[in-house]
Amino acid sequence: MMDQLSDLTGRKVIVHDMCLRDGMHAKREQMSIAQMVTIATALDDAGVPLIQVTHGAGMGGNSLQHGFAPHSNEEYLSAVVPKLKQAKVSVLLIPGLGTMRELQSAYDCGARSVHVATHCTEADTSPQHIAYARKLGMDTTGFLMMAHLNNPEELAKQGKLMESYGAQTIYITDSAGYMLPADVKSRVAALRELLKTETEIGFHGHHNMGMGIANSIAAIEEGASRIDASVAGLGAGAGNTPLEVFVAVCARMGIETGCDLFKLMDMAEDIIVPLMDHMVRVDRASLTLGYAGVYSTFLLHAKNASLRFGVPTRDILVELGRRKMIGGQEDMIVDTAMTMAKERGLLKAVTASS
Amino acid sequence: MKKIKCALIGSGNIGTDLIYKIKRSEVLEPVWMVGIDAQSEGLARAREMGLKTTADGVDGLLPHVLSDDIQIAFDATSAYVHAENSHKLNALGVMVIDLTPAAIGPLCVPPVNLRDHAEKVEMNVNMISCAGQATIPIVFAVSRIQNVAYGEIIASLASKSIGPGTRANLDEFTYTTSSAIEIVGGARKGKALAIINPAEPPMLMRNTIYCLTDEEPDQARITASILEMIAEVQKYVPGYRLVNGPLFDGMKVAVFMEVAGLGDYLPRYAGNLDIMTAAAARTAEMFAEEILSGRVQLKAQLKPLELA
Repeated sequence: MMDQLSDLTGRKVIVHDMCLRDGMHAKREQMSIAQMVTIATALDDAGVPLIQVTHGAGMGGNSLQHGFAPHSNEEYLSAVVPKLKQAKVSVLLIPGLGTMRELQSAYDCGARSVHVATHCTEADTSPQHIAYARKLGMDTTGFLMMAHLNNPEELAKQGKLMESYGAQTIYITDSAGYMLPADVKSRVAALRELLKTETEIGFHGHHNMGMGIANSIAAIEEGASRIDASVAGLGAGAGNTPLEVFVAVCARMGIETGCDLFKLMDMAEDIIVPLMDHMVRVDRASLTLGYAGVYSTFLLHAKNASLRFGVPTRDILVELGRRKMIGGQEDMIVDTAMTMAKERGLLKAVTASS
Repeated sequence: MKKIKCALIGSGNIGTDLIYKIKRSEVLEPVWMVGIDAQSEGLARAREMGLKTTADGVDGLLPHVLSDDIQIAFDATSAYVHAENSHKLNALGVMVIDLTPAAIGPLCVPPVNLRDHAEKVEMNVNMISCAGQATIPIVFAVSRIQNVAYGEIIASLASKSIGPGTRANLDEFTYTTSSAIEIVGGARKGKALAIINPAEPPMLMRNTIYCLTDEEPDQARITASILEMIAEVQKYVPGYRLVNGPLFDGMKVAVFMEVAGLGDYLPRYAGNLDIMTAAAARTAEMFAEEILSGRVQLKAQLKPLELA
């Protein structure tokens, strides 16, 4: 072991892998059951304690809006859960898209942890779902998405609401990969001050500005104890915080993750990178997401719309940011591209003249 | 000209906005507003606008139903108390328009099936949800041309326009709207998604409608049907507007709509609430026209409706 000189030596952090949920976005929701099982068992073997498994948009995600995966969430969960020796499986539930019926069904398939996700100002759409998850005995997280769009004090109040519904962990979710370490620190600190001491704080990063690792460490410095990441960063936009890199940094700093670094490195190189359809990395489009504060999942949708309507991807993403579109409004990508194409004389409007 | 007298149950945003809409009608007259809080802003405003008010719930209204000749009531309270309200009013021969998610009566989207309900003299009709009112006409406009295997709608709503009741019960919204896409819209399977966007200034209500047809969509006929339907809805919601589409992609038809409210009591961005009150007012008007013409007569219905 190398030198362990940080103030965080001895701190314990629970890493939560996102390859099989956020990574579904990077695969346009097209992951086979065999791929899921291969990845999940490798994560389990490397000591990762929590693995999220669902459609990229979570419960209820199979839709024209978010794309249809080849299998239902239940089929993926039923295939993965029995193969795991130590890891627990979690799911994502966004109220307005997923419902309690679907949560029950995921629980019946073996899911034991859930991220109940709302936009960072709309926590009060989650009371039913958080309470239901607790009733099932699930490890329940309130997941505040696009957290850069709310200031630390107000964000903390939203977290407090979720805590009052029963959430045991509150996540600051940098869906756009927009935040810099100081933004993360001020938000974690505000939550830490307002929440009960037994309530955990988590951070979910995207690597669009190259800040995944730095932001996660900043969160831990202010008291976060759960970090979402994915091996080789497989996730939306420029991907999530790359898990194997995060574990390596933690090892150097003396932060305890319980994960086997070399197994994760091998997994990234031998399993994840070969199955990527495109290199998940910071490039022109994903950097635009981070720079303009746009929901990471919009990336591939915007690329498709660009091809169809002839408006550059970056222009579409910047306009979506300007229009303040949030996660779940994927329909507005095509809509915005069509409006822009009309303005640029690339598309004609349908009229009732006939 | 004689008008049909109406009562508004629930003194919140919806009930208050309805006063404005009903006052404009040539066949409806708002007479009573029912609340449960004597200090509520809605009741005060109703009094200012010349309505009689009670803060004793529906029971405060019942003694006046016959003497004031109330024939239509709008219930904008909650799903939990709607059935009881409706039974009490139906027993006195009052037809009830349900703006809650209770849905104990048939689902009503005016340009799709209002005439059927009026002809059958249904004593309770349900207005589904704001997203249902905004999207089901389009699903129906496609399904009346070609079979629709699947209809999916996405409603984006301004955060400020969504009250605490809807927020705390989003699943009910999802279930009710999904099922109405099937029952009224004519899709074999329906799915509804809701997004609440806090942008400032508040965004106008946006709705996207996707339909998957069984056969290759007939673009010309479907486009014409959709445009005709939009014109129908515009008769009672002038701010109902096609933004983009219809866009055809294999079997998929995509339509991108916007709803601006009239800005009566609610601000213009709250097109979601406006389309509910406008659809409810339109529904009442059709019943009123039928009653005034003597074609139908409302009868006291003592037997409670069976709960589905």
